[in-house]
Amino acid sequence: MSTEQHIKLPEGSIEKTTTTLNLGPTHPATHGVFQNILELDGERIVSAEQTIGYIHRAFEKLAERRPLYQITTLTDRLNYCSSPINNMGWHLTCEKLLGVKTPKRVDYLRIIIMELSRISDHLICNSVVGVDSGAFTGFLYVMQYRELIYEIYEEVCGSRLTTNMGRIGGFERDFTNTAFEKLEKFLAEYPAVLKEFESLFTRNRIFMERTIGAGPIGAERALNYGFTGPNLRAAGVDYDVRAHQPYSSYEDFEFDIPVGTTGDCYDRFLVRNGEMWQSLRIIEQAYKKVQEFKGAEASVYHADAPEYYLPAKEDVYTKMEALIWHFKIVMGETEIPPGEVYYSVEGGNGELGFYLISDGGRTPYRLHFRRPCFIYYQAYSELTKGAMLSDAVIVMSSLNLIAGEMDA
Amino acid sequence: MARPVRFNVHPIQADTKDNISLVNMPEGHMGEGFFTTRLSSVVGLARKNSLWPLPFATSCCGIEFMAVMASHYDLARFGAERLAFTPRQCDLLMVMGTIAKKMGPIVKEVYLQMAEPRWVMAVGACASSGGIFDTYSVLQGIDQVVPVDVYVPGCPPRPEAILDGFMRIQDLVGQESVRRRGSEQYKALLNSYGIQ
Amino acid sequence: MALTNETIKDRLTAKFGEQLTHFEEPYGLLTFEAPAALNLKVMQFLFDDEELRFQFLTDLTAVHYPHQQDRELAVVYHLHNLTDNIRLRFKVFTSSAQPDIFTATQLYSSANWMERETYDFFGIHFVGHPNLKRILNVDEMEYFPMRKEFPLEDQTRIDKDDAMFGRGALPAAANVGAVETPRNPAEPTVPASGTPGVKGSEQDWSTETTKQ
Repeated sequence: MSTEQHIKLPEGSIEKTTTTLNLGPTHPATHGVFQNILELDGERIVSAEQTIGYIHRAFEKLAERRPLYQITTLTDRLNYCSSPINNMGWHLTCEKLLGVKTPKRVDYLRIIIMELSRISDHLICNSVVGVDSGAFTGFLYVMQYRELIYEIYEEVCGSRLTTNMGRIGGFERDFTNTAFEKLEKFLAEYPAVLKEFESLFTRNRIFMERTIGAGPIGAERALNYGFTGPNLRAAGVDYDVRAHQPYSSYEDFEFDIPVGTTGDCYDRFLVRNGEMWQSLRIIEQAYKKVQEFKGAEASVYHADAPEYYLPAKEDVYTKMEALIWHFKIVMGETEIPPGEVYYSVEGGNGELGFYLISDGGRTPYRLHFRRPCFIYYQAYSELTKGAMLSDAVIVMSSLNLIAGEMDA
Repeated sequence: MARPVRFNVHPIQADTKDNISLVNMPEGHMGEGFFTTRLSSVVGLARKNSLWPLPFATSCCGIEFMAVMASHYDLARFGAERLAFTPRQCDLLMVMGTIAKKMGPIVKEVYLQMAEPRWVMAVGACASSGGIFDTYSVLQGIDQVVPVDVYVPGCPPRPEAILDGFMRIQDLVGQESVRRRGSEQYKALLNSYGIQ
Repeated sequence: MALTNETIKDRLTAKFGEQLTHFEEPYGLLTFEAPAALNLKVMQFLFDDEELRFQFLTDLTAVHYPHQQDRELAVVYHLHNLTDNIRLRFKVFTSSAQPDIFTATQLYSSANWMERETYDFFGIHFVGHPNLKRILNVDEMEYFPMRKEFPLEDQTRIDKDDAMFGRGALPAAANVGAVETPRNPAEPTVPASGTPGVKGSEQDWSTETTKQ
C-alpha cells in the first residue's frame, strides 16, 4: 500500500477491525425508513446504532391545531397497516374525556372492525417476514384476502387504507347489507387461506432454521424495554390491553392470548399467527351478537350524544335543536371539559396510548401518542448482538416496525 | 386447485370484448419484409413496456403500492416485473409517502445515482405537495429536490390511480425523443435543481 | 387486599411526606406532582417496593406551560403495575431557563429514546443520559419545536400562501394559551426565488448535494 493516499478515510478506520455497514434508510429490508448502522466483525454483528426520524411528520404539533374530530385523520397514519384500530382508540379516548357512553351494538361493530384490522396488520407482518427470508408466495396469497378486508372497510367508511373510520360516539353510517355479506364471505373463506399460509411456514424447515434463535429476548428485559403487544407476548408475558383493561365491550368475548417462550422471531411469527386465529374467533362471536339485536336496537350505530356527534342532515334542515348542535360542533363551540386523560388500546404492535390534555378549548392543549414501535425499536441493538447479518434483517421485519408509528 | 377469486358479492359481468388494449405497433411505413418508423417510437415502445421501477416507499402509500404489486392489481402486467431497490438498475423512481426534510437529501442522492433516462413519479399527496402535513419537518413535495414527471394525487391513491399514473409515465416514455436527455432544456431543468 | 389508589397514595406520603403534592384522580388515574430532584427516587421506590411494584414505564413525555413562571416544562411519567393492573401518573416541573431532570435510563431501558424525544421536542436536558441528542428532527435544528412559541408550519415555504390558507397574520388565536411570535429562529424571512426549482435558503439542497 502506498503511503500517498488521495482518499480521505475517517479517523481510525484502518486500525479498526470491524466493518461498518449502513442498512437504510432506503433498503428493501427496512419496511419504512429507518437507518441502522451495523458494525460487523465478518458476518457477526458487534453493535447496531439506529437513526430514525426520516418520516417525522410532527403529529403532536399538528394535533394542537385541530379540533378533536379532525385528529382522527392523523391517527390513521400512525400504524397505517391497521388504521381502524388507531381511529377507534382515539375515539375511545375522546369518549372518555367527554363522558360519552356507546351502546353495545356500536361496541360490537367496533370490535369487528378492530379485529379485522388486527388480522390485516399481522398478515402484512407475517408475510413480509416470509418475503425477507425469501418466500414470496405466502405474501401473494394473503394480500388477496387483505383486499377483501379493504373492501369491507370501503363499505363502511369509503376508504381502503387510511380509513378515518367512525366518529366520537360511534360510526358515521350503519353497516350496509353488503358489508355484512362481505364479512360473511371473509369468515367463510379466510380460515382455509390462513391454514394454507400457516402450512407454508410453520413447519417449513428453512423458515424454522432462519427464525428460531434469531433475536431472542427474555421477559425481564422485554418489560424493561417497554415492549408490548405480540413482541412481548412472544417473550412469555401475557399482557394484552384487551384482556387487562377491556374497552369497547371486549369483556363480553372469549378469546385466548397466545404466548411464546423465547421471544425469538419464530415465536413472534407464531404469536401473530395465533392472534389471527383468535381474532377470527372474536369476529365470529361479535357478528353473532350483532345479529341478535332486534327491533330498534338493530339499527343503532352511534351514541346519543348530540353535543359531539353530528346530527342527521334531515334533522338539521328541519329541527331547531339539531341545527344548533350542528352549528356548535362545526364551529367549535362545544364544551370540551378541561382535563387530562390517558387511554390505551391494543394496537397491532402493542399498547397504543393517547395522552390528551385539554384546557377547555377547541383543540387539545397537548396530545401525545404512546407509540409501541418507537419504544421497542430501542431494543434492536440488544436483540442483534452477536447475531449474523441475515438475522438482522429477519429481526427487523419480525418486530413489525412501522415507520409512520415510530416517527409520528 | 382452482380457487374462484371474485370478491364482489354481486358480480357484474365485465365487458371484455373490445375493451382490452394491446400494444399496437407504432405508426410507420410497411412493406414486403420491412417496416420503417421513427427510432424514438421503437425505443419508446421497448422502454415503456419494460420499465423497472424503484419503489421508494416511505409510508402509507407504500402499503397501497404493496397492494398494486400483489396479484389483485398486478403491476407486472405492465412490464414492471422487476422491482429493485437499487437506483443503479432502475428507470422509474416511484416516491410513495411523506418525505421529511431529513429524508430529502436521501431522495436526491438516490435520484442522482440513477442512470439516464430516468423518470420520477410522485405517488400520493405527501410526495406531490406535502399532503396534510404542512409542518416544519415535512418537505412540501419532492419537486423541491428532484424534477418530477407524474404526480398521482390521493391519500392514499387507490391502486387503480397508481396504475393510471404508471400508464401516464408509459405515455411519456413512449413519446420521448431520443435527443431529450442531451438537450439544453433538460440540462437547464436539472441545473435549476442543482444537478449537473 | 387489592391495591387501590388510596393505598398507593398512603404509601407514597408515608415515604416522601409533604414533598409530593397535587394528588388527583382525573378519570380514575392517580396523578401527583413531585419535585424535579426527586423523580428518580420516587420511581425507584415505586419499582422496588414489594406491594407497589410499578415496574413498567408506559410513557414519558413533556408538556410546555409557557405562562407558569419557573414551572414551564413538565415531564410526565406514566407507570403501570402489570400484576395488579394499576396505572399511575406523576409529573415533575422545571423551568425553561434550566431544564435539568435526572434520567430514568438506569431504571428503565425504555426511557432512553423517550427522553431523547422529549429533549428533541422540548429541550429538557436529562442529566446522565448516555446519548442525549435529537432523535426525530434533523440534527441541525436549533430550536425545540413543540414549545408553544414556535409555529407549526415551516416559515420558509414559498409555495403555500398563508393568506389563502386562512392564516393572514400568524395564527395567534389557534394555540390557546400560547404566545405565538411570528418568528422562526432558524430563518429570517421568506426568501424570494425566481427560477423554478431553486427553493428557499433553508432547503437549498442544490449547494448541499453538488459537493459530491
